[in-house]
Amino acid sequence: MRHGVARFVMGFLALPVALYLFYVVWPFAQAAGYSLTDWGGYSDRQQFVGLENYVRLFSDELIRKAFWHNVFFLITVPLFTIALALFLAFLLNVGGREDRAGIRGVFGSGLYKVIFFFPQVLSLVVVAVMWQQIYRADGQGLINGVLMKIGLVDPEDPILFTFDPEPFLGVPAVLWWLLLIAVWSGAGFYMVLFSAAMQSIPKDVFEAAILDGAGRFHTFFRITLPLLRDTVSVAWIYLGFIALDMYALVFVMTPSQGGPNHASEIFASVLNFTAFQKGQFGYACAMGVALAIFTILLAAAQLKITRRERIEY
Amino acid sequence: MSTVTHDPGPVGPDLAPPARPTSAGRFGSGGRRPGAQFFNGFSHLFLLVWAIMVVYPLIWVVMSALKSDAEVIRQPLSLIPETLRWENFGRAWTEGQLGDFFLNTVLVLAGSVTLTMLLGSMAAYVLARYEFPGNRLIYYMFLSGLTLPIYLAAVPLFKGVYNTGVLFPPLGPNKHLMLILVYAAWSLAFTVFFMHSFFRTLPNAIAEAGLVDGASHTRLFFSVMLPMAKPGLISIGIFNVLGQWNQWYLPTLLMQSADGEPKNQVIAQGLIELSVNQGYKSDWSGLFAGVTMAMLPVLIVYIVFQRQVQSGLTAGISK
Repeated sequence: MRHGVARFVMGFLALPVALYLFYVVWPFAQAAGYSLTDWGGYSDRQQFVGLENYVRLFSDELIRKAFWHNVFFLITVPLFTIALALFLAFLLNVGGREDRAGIRGVFGSGLYKVIFFFPQVLSLVVVAVMWQQIYRADGQGLINGVLMKIGLVDPEDPILFTFDPEPFLGVPAVLWWLLLIAVWSGAGFYMVLFSAAMQSIPKDVFEAAILDGAGRFHTFFRITLPLLRDTVSVAWIYLGFIALDMYALVFVMTPSQGGPNHASEIFASVLNFTAFQKGQFGYACAMGVALAIFTILLAAAQLKITRRERIEY
Repeated sequence: MSTVTHDPGPVGPDLAPPARPTSAGRFGSGGRRPGAQFFNGFSHLFLLVWAIMVVYPLIWVVMSALKSDAEVIRQPLSLIPETLRWENFGRAWTEGQLGDFFLNTVLVLAGSVTLTMLLGSMAAYVLARYEFPGNRLIYYMFLSGLTLPIYLAAVPLFKGVYNTGVLFPPLGPNKHLMLILVYAAWSLAFTVFFMHSFFRTLPNAIAEAGLVDGASHTRLFFSVMLPMAKPGLISIGIFNVLGQWNQWYLPTLLMQSADGEPKNQVIAQGLIELSVNQGYKSDWSGLFAGVTMAMLPVLIVYIVFQRQVQSGLTAGISK
């Protein structure tokens, strides 16, 4: 009998583990190894250079730029997405009429949820190509076209969107325009998530609050929001991952994939450029390892900060 | 746009609205008040504005796909094409090769999603319900794949696939079978993680009853446990279909066809190609048609299965 179990376990695990080891774990391990060499990627010659690649990272102007751009997305993408999603969820669930049964959700909230979720099922590439057309820097673009029609934008001087390296609030404008797309595509999903969490809060909690004379705003800020803490912190972590992965947008939408003039470089775009255009595979791997360490530290820190006692209803 | 000039009407202090009772205008404590009415109206307005911001660009893309190129340039903003030009789709389908890419994607996904689900639930089941040395180690190995950025593995993965292709061509670059295996491998991490927590919640008694009745472990899994895990399988299945349909980085890395090789690319790559080439060919309507073709299938699937998709995707994140 025990023998049979062992054979069964092995039989079930062999294939998935083998596949995973070969296509996921092994490349990661190799990357860590290559990061200590000066491998160019096309020849088989490689020399062990120790930590030289990592030292080089710190003095690399482009990497420093990309790092700060990543940090920008890391802060703004979760912040704006969660704020907007919470606001929408609030309106959806609290905005309805009040009657004896308490405050109800707004009329048609089901339909709104379906619509707001649309961008989530579209691929980043579809979203990027679509927004490329919306952001066109002439009258053919959706935004410039509309604004020109009502006279807010001079046809001679259209909004440049992703071709605009000029800083706004100290950050290149192109990054703000990319941020807008990320928020546009993410808000609906997190609204649905927050909505579900809000609805799982037992009704009698609200009833008690209303009996005590709390209005909808008090109820929201004093009861709903604190009880959503868990969900919000999970959302924050996921959005953090998404923020590190803005590469699709940069890849499709910005000139020379990280431009103009490197104004929208992020870690991933620098890494791909270094590996496949400049042919410095060893150095690119060092970037990847640095990014991985950064990601893991960040996830750990966020888990630690946001962790606290779970509230059971 | 209407050009009717509207009369602003006399505006003066004498027409100011009668003062309302001071307490009524305040937000806050409940009751049926103008404040609540106003808030309700505001909610609707804001929600409506956001809904339009989401839907309008989508409708604009679909409608532009039905215009002629001249019309796209002349009247980029109009939502109603002069004549419906379905041939744009035909052109994107054949000349833009989106038809081929579409079929490639379906072919790859048919294999990769099946494989992901099968292997993922097998591994998750064993890891969740059987104790053996190394169990935790393997579980954490799968888990670690969730946090590591894919870009890190890009270079060695490319090299590894290239080398495998030299030894065994069907697993080399630009091959469907290779992409199926790569998709499955990269989807395993989340699938195992998700199904693991699902199999843990299944009751022990039924499994024991099955074994007492003489079912083998394999049989127990396929005819008892897997059917019981159906809700979880649906969620993770939707997650994988969407995720792999929308995947663009792995194919861009691994599915480049050299000159003379058959084009085995997936639809995301076809779109990128269309959008990069538009500068040379300026086939605007074809590009819009391409975006529409990549977008509508997922949107339709979503609208039909919206409840499952919403709960599937949100369950994935809140586990």
